[in-house]
Amino acid sequence: MIEYALYFTASCYGIALLLDLWRIGVGPDPADRILALDTMVINVIALLVLYGVWRGTAIYFEAAMLVAMVGFVSTVAYCRFVLRGDIIE
Amino acid sequence: MSHAGHLLFIIALLPFIGALVPGLMIRAGRTASAFFTAAPTALALVMLMILAPAVLRGEVIQAEIEWLPQLGLSASFFLDGLGLLFAGMILGMGLLITLYARFYLSSADPMGQFYTYLLLFQGAMLGIVISDNILLLLIFWELTSLSSFLLIGYWKHLPEGRQGARMALAVTGAGGLAMIGGMLLLGDIAGSYNLTDILQAGEAIRASEWYLPALILILLGAFTKSAQFPFHFWLPHAMAAPTPVSAYLHSATMVKAGVFLMARMWPVLAGTDAWFYIVATTGLVTMVLGALIALFKDDLKALLAFSTVSHLGLLTMLLGFGTEAAAVAAVFHIINHLTFKAALFMTAGIVDHETHTRDIKRLGGLRHLMPVTFLIGTVAALSMAGIPLFNGFLSKEMMLEEASHTDWFGSHYAVPVLATLGALLSVAYSFRFVAHVFLGPQRDDYPHTPHDPPFGMWAAPALLATLVIAIGVAPFLAEGIVTAAANAVTGADLHPHLKIWHGVTPALWMSVIAVAGGALLLMLHRPLDKGWIAAPRPEAKAIFDRLVAGIVALSRGITDSTHNGAISRYLAIFTVTAVALGYIAYAGSGLSAPTRDMLPVPPVIAVGWIMLIVSTISVVGMHHHRFRALVLIGIIGLSISAGFVYLSAPDLALTQISVETVTIMLLLLALHFLPKLTPKESSTGLKMRDGLIGLAAGGGVGALAYAFLMRDIDTISGFHVANSYEGGGGTNVVNVILVDFRGYDTYGEIIVLGIAGLLIYALMHALLDGPSARRLKNTDYSEDRSRDRHPLMMVVVTRVLMPIAMVVGLYIFLRGHNQPGGGFVAGLVVAIALLMQYMASGFAWTQERKRIEYHTLIGLGVVIAGLTGAGAWLAGQPFLTSAFTYIHLPPIEEFELATAMLFDLGVFLTVLGAVMLMLYSLSRIARFAGQTVNEGPMDYDPGEAAKDRDTED
Repeated sequence: MIEYALYFTASCYGIALLLDLWRIGVGPDPADRILALDTMVINVIALLVLYGVWRGTAIYFEAAMLVAMVGFVSTVAYCRFVLRGDIIE
Repeated sequence: MSHAGHLLFIIALLPFIGALVPGLMIRAGRTASAFFTAAPTALALVMLMILAPAVLRGEVIQAEIEWLPQLGLSASFFLDGLGLLFAGMILGMGLLITLYARFYLSSADPMGQFYTYLLLFQGAMLGIVISDNILLLLIFWELTSLSSFLLIGYWKHLPEGRQGARMALAVTGAGGLAMIGGMLLLGDIAGSYNLTDILQAGEAIRASEWYLPALILILLGAFTKSAQFPFHFWLPHAMAAPTPVSAYLHSATMVKAGVFLMARMWPVLAGTDAWFYIVATTGLVTMVLGALIALFKDDLKALLAFSTVSHLGLLTMLLGFGTEAAAVAAVFHIINHLTFKAALFMTAGIVDHETHTRDIKRLGGLRHLMPVTFLIGTVAALSMAGIPLFNGFLSKEMMLEEASHTDWFGSHYAVPVLATLGALLSVAYSFRFVAHVFLGPQRDDYPHTPHDPPFGMWAAPALLATLVIAIGVAPFLAEGIVTAAANAVTGADLHPHLKIWHGVTPALWMSVIAVAGGALLLMLHRPLDKGWIAAPRPEAKAIFDRLVAGIVALSRGITDSTHNGAISRYLAIFTVTAVALGYIAYAGSGLSAPTRDMLPVPPVIAVGWIMLIVSTISVVGMHHHRFRALVLIGIIGLSISAGFVYLSAPDLALTQISVETVTIMLLLLALHFLPKLTPKESSTGLKMRDGLIGLAAGGGVGALAYAFLMRDIDTISGFHVANSYEGGGGTNVVNVILVDFRGYDTYGEIIVLGIAGLLIYALMHALLDGPSARRLKNTDYSEDRSRDRHPLMMVVVTRVLMPIAMVVGLYIFLRGHNQPGGGFVAGLVVAIALLMQYMASGFAWTQERKRIEYHTLIGLGVVIAGLTGAGAWLAGQPFLTSAFTYIHLPPIEEFELATAMLFDLGVFLTVLGAVMLMLYSLSRIARFAGQTVNEGPMDYDPGEAAKDRDTED
């Protein structure tokens, strides 16, 4: 049963990734692109966790955790760049 | 090593140690500087004299310390008769020159420098003559080229000095290169680089098929150094040096290095037809040609320079004869030439010093004005001419005697006639030196009123002139050292008797012809000189300059066509070469059949692959828009990190994730001050070319990776996996490789990283002083900005995240040895945690709360890592051997303590310091560009507001 659930969710996130990619491609605003990239980061976190569940190991969770912790920093940096120009004022 | 061996070492080292002193002592005055130059020389000379009796008895003193035994290179010295003769000449002349130079150099010349160079040269020269290892000899050989370059170019303000120094370096340096080849061949044939062994292997070497190449290469070195035809032209140009240098280097020591080498190698190389015809012929031609040119030189020093060339030719010829008697004559003439030629150079220096000219045509009649100088110069010149009762006569007689029974290509007359001609010309220019400078009518148009110099200046040449007469009258005085040196050269047991009168021999007649002819030639000098000046002659310097210009043009052509300053060109050349090599390798032996099957591709992975491909291609297409390109790079980083996880490389994934974040921040910081669009510069043709190259390279690497992945290939990883726990005490192979197996690499890498961080800091510092700083100040960055500078939300979130991130960093660090993680990732995570504070609350606020300078962190990291590595020495292990143990403390689980962890701490600190320093340096630009900073942590501080309300109430 868990296998089907995994297939289903992984497919969903995979499709979401492709949609993010499309959004980054067409924009039109920088904000759209940053948001799409951030969503992409979230989706990848999800996929990493799913992969860990599928393989039955906890070792990949750390990668997911690290992505979660530092991934948003890039997003903040992009945003500050767009809003203020200088990311460290 | 024996007591004597120790002394020999000290002798070899003394000049180099002494060279440190005169440059400092010049502050105490010129005499003090000269004294401290003389002291190590005198000390070495005394030690040499202590060793001398044993050497004269026929003993050989040896000293050896292993230096690089793997290369056959050891610091080994030996002192035999030949070495003793040369070492004595070098040190003795060194003393005299030191004295002479003290009075010769003017107060405007930096005398400390001069003495330092002089001692360096002396050490190098001494090294040549007492080296037992030919590789060591080569090192000293090159050192003499370098130090003589400094000495010849000592008067830096004179263009002739600089050009002469360059020419000397180019010619002797090129010869030195050839000699390196020859010596390596020689060592290879003999199976040892030790002279003592090589000298035993003469038979084998002469029989070897590599004998001729080795001989020619070594002779190239010797001929260039000893100014043999056709390499003689550098010596006269080197005369731009101060006269003490000319007297020391270009008469007594350096130019004799080539002769010394031929004498040293005599037992091994001499005795064949090749040796005779190359060496004797070159010597003969050089002797006659040098003497001929010398006769027509008006510059006193040029005359002496060409006469030196001629006498060096004489020595070369004698060694080339290959007979024992000729070797004895050569050794004896080395001594005699030293005494009279150095005295003559010093005399020329005195004349130049006192009259302010060296032009013979402007001199004459100095005998009454400078009686002492006249006396010394005449004694030395008569010796050079080979007049009886002066020492030059003795060795010239021996030379003529040898020449008189030497056949050359079957001819009985070629050598004797030419040798007599050389002697005749030698007589002519020697007489001219005396007659045209000192004799004749006194003139009234000297550039400066001449008079004898102070005692200190004529003491040295006077001593040499005394030796000239002493040996000339009582030749048995020199018999001991000549015997010892000649035995060392020939390897035989000779007992030569040096006598003035040999009876009426062919040599005597040749001498008589030479003296009479020389005197006649001098009388005819005026008309001959006119003819000489009118005759066309090749100008060596012009030829040399053209040659150098040609070589420079050639290399510039090659360099300019490949290095035009555009990185695209370099990358194109590099990439095409790499692809071509890869293709050649592939086409050469073909490829074995794949042994593995393709793995299945799950749909999600395919999605990741599409993300990677699409974003990569988009970066290429959109890179003109820099911000969009950065966002796309974010996708690439993300895909690669996820890919590392999928392909079971969690360590790499962790590293990639944190590196990605730091990179994005660095690029964004820099981009703020850069144009947001890249200008379109490449033409379509160029784009096509680069695109094709890029595709070929990318396709090639892809194909290579595919080929490797499809085959079972043994790699070193098997060893690493097997030994990681046993040898390194860790179960995380990646970490154990980094801190243990390849710890030395890691150590180097963190040093590089630290240097990179410091360099960025320094570059930014320089940038803020340059023209770009003005542009920065005048740019208006304030267009259309959000007024949320330090939003409350962000500040709070980052504060909360800080301790969490720190704990994660600590966790990753501590478990790194056994599970994914380690100092590098931990450093990055902590750096990101700190960066968040910078972003949220601003530069000034965060900077104020920083306790340790980032520079210090880098240094600390490298020092900790280095000390950890060095700690292994205490246990008698090689650098960076790790040790580990398991500790059990009751409340916590059993844990491991490894020295590798300390090393990892060094990595952690360096990474943290370097990353922070880079970001700090970049964000400093904004402060400089005139941006204001926040004092408080956030735009609207609820805490402060609450306090304000309380005080109002």
